[in-house]
Amino acid sequence: MPKPTLPGQERYVAPAEETPLAAVDSVQVDETPASQWREAWKQLRRNPLFLASAVLLTILAVVIAFPGLFTNADPRFCELSRSLDPAEPGHPFGFNFQGCDVWSRTLYGARASVTVGVLTTLLVVLVGGITGAVAGFKGGWADALISRVGDIFFAIPLILAAIVTLSSVKNWFPDRGFWGGIMAVVLTLALFGWPQIARIMRGSVIEVKNYEFVDAARAIGASNRRNLWRHIVPNAISPVIVTATVSLGVFIVAEATLSFLGLGLPFSVVSWGNDIAEAQRLVRSGTRLGVMFVPAAALALTVLSFILLGDAVRDALDPKAKKR
Amino acid sequence: MWWYTARRILQTIPVLLGSTLLIYALVFLRPGDPVRALFGDKPVSEATIAQVREQYNLDEPFLIQWLLFLKGALTGDFGQSFTGRPVIDLIAEAFPVTIKLALMALVIEAVLGIIAGTIAGLRKGKLFDSTMLVVSLLVIAVPIFVFGFVFQLIFGVKLEWFPPTVGGNTSFYNLLLPAIVLGLVSFAYVLRLTRTSVAGNLSADHVRTARAKGLAEGVVVRRHVLRNSLIPVVTYLGVDIGALMAGAIVTEGIFNIPGVGNLAYQAVVRGETPTIVSVVTIMVLVYILAALLVDLLYALLDPRIRYA
Amino acid sequence: MRLSRRTRLGGVALLAAIGLTVSACGGGGGDDDNGSSDSTDAVITARTTEPQNPLVPQATNEVGGGNVIDLLYAGLITYKEDGSQELEVAESITSDDNQTWTVKLKDWKFSDGTPVTSKSFVDAWNYGALSTNAQNASYFYYPIKGYDEVQKENPTVKTMSGLKVVDDKTFTIELNQPESDFPLRLGYSAYYPLPESAYSDIKAYGESPIGNGPYKLEAWEHNKELRLVPNEEYDGARKAQNGGVTFVVYTDTEAAYTDIQAGNLDVLDTVPDSALQTFANDSSITPIEAPGSVNGSFQFPVDLPGFTGEAGKLRRQAVSMALNREELTEKLFFGTRTPAKDFSAPPMPGWTDEIPGNEVLEFNADEAKKRWAEAEKIEPWGDKKLLIATNTDGAGNKASVDAMANQIKNTLGINAEPKYYATFDEFLDARDNNKTGALFRAGWQPDYPSISNYLGPIYGTGAASNDARWSNKEFDALIAKAAGAESDEDRYQAFVDAQAILMEELPGLSMWYTDSTGAAAKGVKNVKFNWQGVPIYQNITK
Repeated sequence: MPKPTLPGQERYVAPAEETPLAAVDSVQVDETPASQWREAWKQLRRNPLFLASAVLLTILAVVIAFPGLFTNADPRFCELSRSLDPAEPGHPFGFNFQGCDVWSRTLYGARASVTVGVLTTLLVVLVGGITGAVAGFKGGWADALISRVGDIFFAIPLILAAIVTLSSVKNWFPDRGFWGGIMAVVLTLALFGWPQIARIMRGSVIEVKNYEFVDAARAIGASNRRNLWRHIVPNAISPVIVTATVSLGVFIVAEATLSFLGLGLPFSVVSWGNDIAEAQRLVRSGTRLGVMFVPAAALALTVLSFILLGDAVRDALDPKAKKR
Repeated sequence: MWWYTARRILQTIPVLLGSTLLIYALVFLRPGDPVRALFGDKPVSEATIAQVREQYNLDEPFLIQWLLFLKGALTGDFGQSFTGRPVIDLIAEAFPVTIKLALMALVIEAVLGIIAGTIAGLRKGKLFDSTMLVVSLLVIAVPIFVFGFVFQLIFGVKLEWFPPTVGGNTSFYNLLLPAIVLGLVSFAYVLRLTRTSVAGNLSADHVRTARAKGLAEGVVVRRHVLRNSLIPVVTYLGVDIGALMAGAIVTEGIFNIPGVGNLAYQAVVRGETPTIVSVVTIMVLVYILAALLVDLLYALLDPRIRYA
Repeated sequence: MRLSRRTRLGGVALLAAIGLTVSACGGGGGDDDNGSSDSTDAVITARTTEPQNPLVPQATNEVGGGNVIDLLYAGLITYKEDGSQELEVAESITSDDNQTWTVKLKDWKFSDGTPVTSKSFVDAWNYGALSTNAQNASYFYYPIKGYDEVQKENPTVKTMSGLKVVDDKTFTIELNQPESDFPLRLGYSAYYPLPESAYSDIKAYGESPIGNGPYKLEAWEHNKELRLVPNEEYDGARKAQNGGVTFVVYTDTEAAYTDIQAGNLDVLDTVPDSALQTFANDSSITPIEAPGSVNGSFQFPVDLPGFTGEAGKLRRQAVSMALNREELTEKLFFGTRTPAKDFSAPPMPGWTDEIPGNEVLEFNADEAKKRWAEAEKIEPWGDKKLLIATNTDGAGNKASVDAMANQIKNTLGINAEPKYYATFDEFLDARDNNKTGALFRAGWQPDYPSISNYLGPIYGTGAASNDARWSNKEFDALIAKAAGAESDEDRYQAFVDAQAILMEELPGLSMWYTDSTGAAAKGVKNVKFNWQGVPIYQNITK
């Protein structure tokens, strides 16, 4: 409210409303606030690493959705008479030991490998994120309990734990079809993978919960739960996202390793891990290496895309990284 | 400091109990009958099977089995393998081999990773940095057993630089190739960590101050950049010992090394609970102690950290 | 003909004795064929797996321990390279009624100098058979009278009534029923003797056993190696021609093969899957091949839906003819397996490839489709799935089941799929309890060289390894006829007749014989397989 002008006093400043400064001070209520996420997105779009991984991942998504676009061969039609035959028209990488088309199996195999990676990551982020947030926010006995339980799972090395678990859990999904087999691997990897995310989330939540805006929210009467999920978690989640993206690739490699040991996805599922494991005999004898290297290259490329994505997301989300 | 250490060691007890119980439960749920398999394709009478089950406490409910295992473990008796040998003997034979392999891998990955990472960090964006970035990404993305086979084929069979397999003779030289394969993935992580950390610290205030004081570049890098950059690397290396020992399952199989990984894998396939649980217990112990050691090392590396 | 049998055994013993004197005079320089300058004190290294049990013959039933046990001990008889028998510790094994056998022993010593007596055998067999001792080989004593009593859960007697010590050098064995080829069994490791010192602490004994065979154990470094040196006390037909055998423990055959190529290992008793294609032409090794005694088959559970009754019989024949055994053995195993022509294996005495009806084991797509169509008229297949079950932790199992499913699918146009069991024990469990619901894999390695050891245990009514639960009275009668046959010719004819029934009924699909394949490093000589596919270690030189 402008001060009342006394009689005889000259006005020497124009009212704020009439100066260009008004535009500066004004608040555009309709506009979405420039959040951390929008900033990150802007940053990402300019990152060549991100663009490269985005292209790769888009191609991957298309392959997963429509593998039939890139080949006419049926990955399950195998004739022993064509065992290890070299490339021929329609079969660019020849045939594997059982006489199945290598290229077709690689394309169709993407689905299983990536599904394992994505589902495991989702599960790990969900379980690890919630438990970690609760531990960090509540502190006290809840923190102690969650941290110790996490330690139990974290302390057993992943591969060893997965071998033991898979040799047991496999039978919980008796028909072991596509989803049964995948769920067994996903649950196993997630069972021993969540504490890592939980630890990161816990540390991040502890840091964020001391920020002023959290106090402010509490002061205006936000409930604890609302405070945690609406204010703290969105601000604490970025390190989790970075770790999760990289882990996605690591989980895909872990699945392949388990398949190599004969305990990963059931052999009836067309997957990179199974095809690589089956082709290992060829490396030993040094013949027809392509049968192994085609699925191995597809696996490496996919993992690479997710790691690059993780790197780019970290650069965008981590203010410290930006400075460099 | 002592109080802190004691408290940390006390905290490991529930973790140890929990992980043995977890593994016990998992092995218990395993389908099939390991005792029956001892007799192969040949038939066997129920009486004989019952006798063997009793011998290994396999006729007890699983909580009792676990408690019996704990009771034995407290007195240093980890039970018997199906070969009739005390598990403690099996571990005493296999463990030194794996420790040696894991430590060799650790040294290789640490030395090479830190050197390459430092150079990359100092010359960020240059050719060496980009090359190392590509190398590290490839190493992470390709499964370790692919490297194992390829290295064995190239350096062991074709070039004959190393014996292709290790077998009974676990000398330093024989273990070198497997140790390189085992350390490969962690090398990539160490390299990336060091690079990021060095690059970050180069622009830190205290480094700028040191330069402003006119210190030689070498001294700045060694005293002010590296020392600070090593903290996350040391953390990683500490946690990695456990991972290396588990990763040895694959490497030991490819190179025929009579270590813990092989022991554990065979035990899992045979359903030999005492061996599996003992190996896991020891791996967990190694992990916990390594983590503790790392935390204590912090105090040496970072003068700001003090434990009470 | 019983007489001729006795004469033959005695004659062999005599020959062996002469051979001994000669080699004793020659001071062990026994290079038989090439007479090269090979030293007899070169130590041979050979691949093995870690023995799974103490080195007690009665506790051992797997290859890793078996290899070592066979060199450390000598039984009453031993088998020659071709599977025929030869007396070892026994002076004679005779019977008038094929049911009670009298064994007379030679003068023989354990490696510590103590004599091998009747008690050494009888006590060892009783020890092995008693249920409370839980010995892995306990099953092998089942033909002996009194076996059932000592196998009870809480046995009241501790010894088999069929075994009687007459004096230090003589004992008798009474069987449950007449068995004309019983002495053939006695070369198996379960029938080896133990010294008296063994029983007080059998566990310690199993770590450093004292045997009566061509070698003695010098050291056992667990999971690394077992070092065997020639046993000076040994005076039999299997005298060591080398300075010892060191068994190197490998968990991975592939690794062992790489070592053979590099010359770090002398003998490999089995070629890994990955090298099957190349090993025969691998210039860095000496390949060793011989016909093997393992018969690989797949069995139909009698109650498998769709495979019962008359339609089932036609379908079993159709499936058998839809499988291209030539292609499977060639493409998957690179000719290291041989398409089966019968239900036993070629090294067996009396084996023939002329079993009536065995054309059903040959690939014939048209006939297969025809028989399947005939079965469809009797009882439609519907949308059922034919599952083929195997464990996947053994070499080549998965590949063969995958390929078989593909062949059946491609030839008959029905839905066929593999069914995998991750571990052998899980698979055994399912098989024992008839839970597979699938055509399931069954490999058979005989315990002694006789066709009866293939047919009886797998296809005999209620037999211990008859997991398919097939039963046929006519077949059982022929097996019994063979057991009591007076002459070899009669016995062999009974086997042919019995197998003709199997060809018609096809309770199982005989698939292939697994050849014995191995490799030796360059410069290693005289590596040969015996009828069981085990290298004859004592003859190897370099």
